[in-house]
Amino acid sequence: MSVGAQDPSVSSFYVNDSFYGDLIARFQDWDHDRHGICDPVERDGFRLLLEREARFLDQHKYDDWLAMLTRECVYWAPARPGGGDPRTEIAVMFDDRRRLEDRVFRLRSEFAWSQAPASRTVRMISNVEVFEYGEKDRRMLRSNFIINEFWDNEIRQLVGWCGYDMQNIDGRWLIRAKQINLINCDRCIRNPSIIL
Amino acid sequence: MSHDWEGLVQEDRVHRALYTDPAIFNAEMTKIFGGTWVYIAHESEIPNVNDYVTRKLGLRPVIVLRDSNNILRVLYNRCTHRGTTLCRHEKGNARAFQCPYHGWNFLNSGKLRGVPWADGYSADIKDEKFNLAQAPRVESYRGFIFATLNLEAPILLNWLGPMTNPIDEWLDRNPGGKIVVCEANRFKYKGNWKLAYDNSSDGYHVIYSHRSLLEMENRLSDASNKGMAYYKNSPDSLAMYVQYMGNGHHFKDKRPNLQARPGGLWAIESTHPGKEYAEAEFRRKYGERAESLLDLAGSEPVNINIFPNLSLLGNHIQVFQPISVNETDAVWYGTRIEDVNGDIGDALGTINALRMRTQEGFPNFGEVDDLANFEQIQVGLQCEEDEWIYMNRGHGIPDRIKTNADGTITAPATDEVFMREYIKEWKRLMKGPTPLSIKREP
Repeated sequence: MSVGAQDPSVSSFYVNDSFYGDLIARFQDWDHDRHGICDPVERDGFRLLLEREARFLDQHKYDDWLAMLTRECVYWAPARPGGGDPRTEIAVMFDDRRRLEDRVFRLRSEFAWSQAPASRTVRMISNVEVFEYGEKDRRMLRSNFIINEFWDNEIRQLVGWCGYDMQNIDGRWLIRAKQINLINCDRCIRNPSIIL
Repeated sequence: MSHDWEGLVQEDRVHRALYTDPAIFNAEMTKIFGGTWVYIAHESEIPNVNDYVTRKLGLRPVIVLRDSNNILRVLYNRCTHRGTTLCRHEKGNARAFQCPYHGWNFLNSGKLRGVPWADGYSADIKDEKFNLAQAPRVESYRGFIFATLNLEAPILLNWLGPMTNPIDEWLDRNPGGKIVVCEANRFKYKGNWKLAYDNSSDGYHVIYSHRSLLEMENRLSDASNKGMAYYKNSPDSLAMYVQYMGNGHHFKDKRPNLQARPGGLWAIESTHPGKEYAEAEFRRKYGERAESLLDLAGSEPVNINIFPNLSLLGNHIQVFQPISVNETDAVWYGTRIEDVNGDIGDALGTINALRMRTQEGFPNFGEVDDLANFEQIQVGLQCEEDEWIYMNRGHGIPDRIKTNADGTITAPATDEVFMREYIKEWKRLMKGPTPLSIKREP
């Protein structure tokens, strides 16, 4: 097998049984006070990171956004409150690196009728908490969001909270996994076609 | 209310009022979503005694359950006292339902068990009129539960008619002929419910409405052998076809385009998370069996459309739920498999995980564009002087459409004959008398 074949933008070898197992374990039971980080400098650093992420998405700077994620990342919006098990249940979205790049490609294609014209969004991020959980180079983040979305002549809100599994690689914090928990994830949603 | 049904539904076109007139919508909720068999839930959602899910039969809130005696029932979710809904949860397990308003308590057979301070009633609260209303007819075909309020409707098996063949084939490719419902991609659109049913066998829209998906699938490698690409070039000359099956049902079959071999189905799948891992792992571990194991994660290329609200496509159970004349919920329930015969073994987890990811693809990257187009039809139909919608593709072309010995009608994949035929059935139901009834436990 060539090195190129293992490029997660091209082929998906890393979404395997142990990947799912680790992901589920990681998002099981992490947001406890005993793991919380109180250091205001560290917390502010992550708050800025999440605000930058929101700005990239609002501005459709998808390449900049994709660069905030690890190569072997996952973007996961469960279809049931609490997350469920993505191995045996459908998710609203469950993208690996390649599928995220698919998603961006589609949005840029000019033929994504659900986004023609594209939604205008303004994201509000708050309640950022940082948790030290697992290895030294890892953090978990929890933040609340309101995405104000202007589409089809009206403004609606997509509301929920995100869990982030962060990894420090060469001094930079990157998103390994982003779990988007819409508070209405188990109800019918009109035109869920932006990146959350 | 009376409508000129013959004027509204013509040979090759229908009037915009079918999609925009609230009076027609209200009549549909009685005559169709009441007067004919309506899909209501899958048995795997309520596997155990006392399990329930809450759904709607047309606009009527109902509780679909397996009662304490293992009988499937569709109870009206409406207290007989003041009309309150009894159950506000999506699903659960309950032997009885107590009204949150005044505490009337009902067994899951629908029978009133008791009321607070019964001595305050001169009426006999054991009178059956105080038991919950329920659908008088509930039948299941291989796990698919249907209900109707029409005592004169044919039995479910006869109403499905030749549709049972594609349903059987869709189920029987899975171990033990069984699937289990497992969450859903849930959509809402501001458009009439029939826009989704019109679309369900439509082979004509694919390369236009889904152009973003087709180009996406083609971005890394040549996807001209993938399922959606069938519709490029000359789809009408291929072996796939659309078939009208009677009673409003229709069927789009793309399987004749497949290579008839293990792995033939998997070969038309595009890219999904974990795809290359599963392929490499299965081929290493299971050798020749790998291909048929991968097929279990692949999307079956059929659209089995059961009038008025059910569509089996890929591995999905899609349900159309009307909300109002211009609002509809479209729920794409996912399905997983079980190792019923014990011959899948430790491959099951990987198959199901991959099967989840294949099922998320089309709703995320295809359905959203269809829904945008449905909504924009609803907008366009506000042009009230421009009255007609055409469903005339293939109409009047000699030798294009074939009526088979069993009465079904076969046509090339992009033909709109299925719309012309189902809407005749719609018209028949709308014109006819509607002998609806409910029942209560004695």
